[in-house]
Amino acid sequence: MTGPQEIDTAALRARYPDVFDRPASARLAMPAMIVAAFAILVYGLVDLDFSPSRLFAGLSQLGWISLMMIPPDPGSSLPIYLKALGETLSIALLGTTLAAVFALPVSLLAARNIVPSNILRFPVRRFLDSIRGVDTLIWALVWINVVGLGPFAGVLAIAVSDFGAFGKLFSEAIEGADQKQVEGIRASGGSALHEIRFGLLPQVLPVIAGQVLYFIESNTRSATIIGIVGAGGIGLQLAEQIRVLEWQKVSFLILMILVAVAAIDFVSGKLRFAIIGRRAVA
Amino acid sequence: MTVAVSILPEQQLAVLNAAYRQAVARRRWRLLFGAVVFAAALLLAAVGAEVNLRTLFTHFGNFVSYFDRILALDNGQRVWTDAGEWLWGWRKWLKMLGETLLISYVGTLIGATFAFCLNFFAAENTSPAPWLRFVVRRLLEFARTVPGIVFALIFVIAFGLGPMAGVLAIAIHSTGALGKQFSEIVENADMKPVEGVRSTGASWLSCMRFAILPQVTAGYASYALLRFEINVREASVMGFVGAGGIGQELVVAIRKFYYSDVSAILLTIIVTVFIIDISTGWLRGRLFGKETRT
Repeated sequence: MTGPQEIDTAALRARYPDVFDRPASARLAMPAMIVAAFAILVYGLVDLDFSPSRLFAGLSQLGWISLMMIPPDPGSSLPIYLKALGETLSIALLGTTLAAVFALPVSLLAARNIVPSNILRFPVRRFLDSIRGVDTLIWALVWINVVGLGPFAGVLAIAVSDFGAFGKLFSEAIEGADQKQVEGIRASGGSALHEIRFGLLPQVLPVIAGQVLYFIESNTRSATIIGIVGAGGIGLQLAEQIRVLEWQKVSFLILMILVAVAAIDFVSGKLRFAIIGRRAVA
Repeated sequence: MTVAVSILPEQQLAVLNAAYRQAVARRRWRLLFGAVVFAAALLLAAVGAEVNLRTLFTHFGNFVSYFDRILALDNGQRVWTDAGEWLWGWRKWLKMLGETLLISYVGTLIGATFAFCLNFFAAENTSPAPWLRFVVRRLLEFARTVPGIVFALIFVIAFGLGPMAGVLAIAIHSTGALGKQFSEIVENADMKPVEGVRSTGASWLSCMRFAILPQVTAGYASYALLRFEINVREASVMGFVGAGGIGQELVVAIRKFYYSDVSAILLTIIVTVFIIDISTGWLRGRLFGKETRT
């Protein structure tokens, strides 16, 4: 048996210069980026008042809180919590549906293959972007000023902030649609509206339905938090119980949220499967 | 213009038509059934959410006039006529925005680090033991499902008011979300290099380091950048519960009806989110080429 072959490094070097002698800029880029990232991290930790003593004090506090959470116990307010949970699910469903209904026509305006003119499309897109740039919680605060405290403000907040997201997603789905079917409708003498109705919508609707279902799911999560600023739902109860340090109730509410989200997850997964079919999900 | 359409004989046509109508009718019935169920659910939800159209219509003017009011200065002029007066607090707001960005940066980095350490245990193809995978997955699921702001509420009590609670809340939420995405990348990785490395007698750790890691780093960085983008938005509201950042200023301005301040702070938030979106998009394009940009 022969030993490991003697490797002629010099020859290899000569043959693959770009592997052995990379330019200094390429070699230094990665370490430089890591050092920069780390430097910003350290600066951030200092600037944001991180200190080991605070961290450990907080962690021991947190451990104590976790102990207080066991076992989860709703006390006597279970019916109230169930009602709040129902409210949260209602907010998610209604808000998402409203957003989808309003976003569909607008998304047509933002799609390149429907509105070829850049001048018209650009403002619509920027408008949708700025709506998306504002968080749901901020919209909730604004709507509370308009319709008062309560779940209705939550519905409107979710509707508005999803309107921005849906407008973008729908218009992307429309842009991704196959032009051939639209051309077919045009060739047989259909008007512009016919093209949209019979050429575009049959292709786009399943995609849109899938996205709406997914958003109902993720909005169940959002709907739990908008209660924190007073827009109804289970978040209101949660924030209240955290503020009065009723930890057993807090853990029970968190468990309820987890179970509800998992249930919605399951149902909408099944529905999406039924609508889009196996092919698109995988 | 002459139209030439070939028409089949009557009996043949009748059979085909009947088959077509039956197929369409079944689909229509299913669609109708779905629509009815959906409408019922909506109605139920409307009752549950105390939807009151009269309130909406009587107060909808408020919504429009709210934007009218936040776009007017104290002296009744439009805000853009006097930018100096409108953005009077820009020093303070920029400082808070910087804090917001730092919160999301540090939170994302800590979260990504934890997710990086955990994801190999959560992925189906690299996990050393099934029970470990189960535990890690449930852990990540928990961190992902509980909203970040709920963690922030609890951490504000444990760690005290301030940005630290916000950072930790964002870090935990990012750990959950990134851990799942990272482990999905690992599951899609090619296993042949792993076999190659293992056949040299390498340990599990070396397999991960030399066979999996080179395949997945680009995907990791891409998802982490995306998460940073999302976290900037999240951090902008952490101040609502006292966990630092620009949200504190915003909630004070909204609650105390400092109208022009509301629009000024919203403007700074939107512009920042834009800039972050565009620059991370550009960075991802630069780092990973066109393929990941889709």
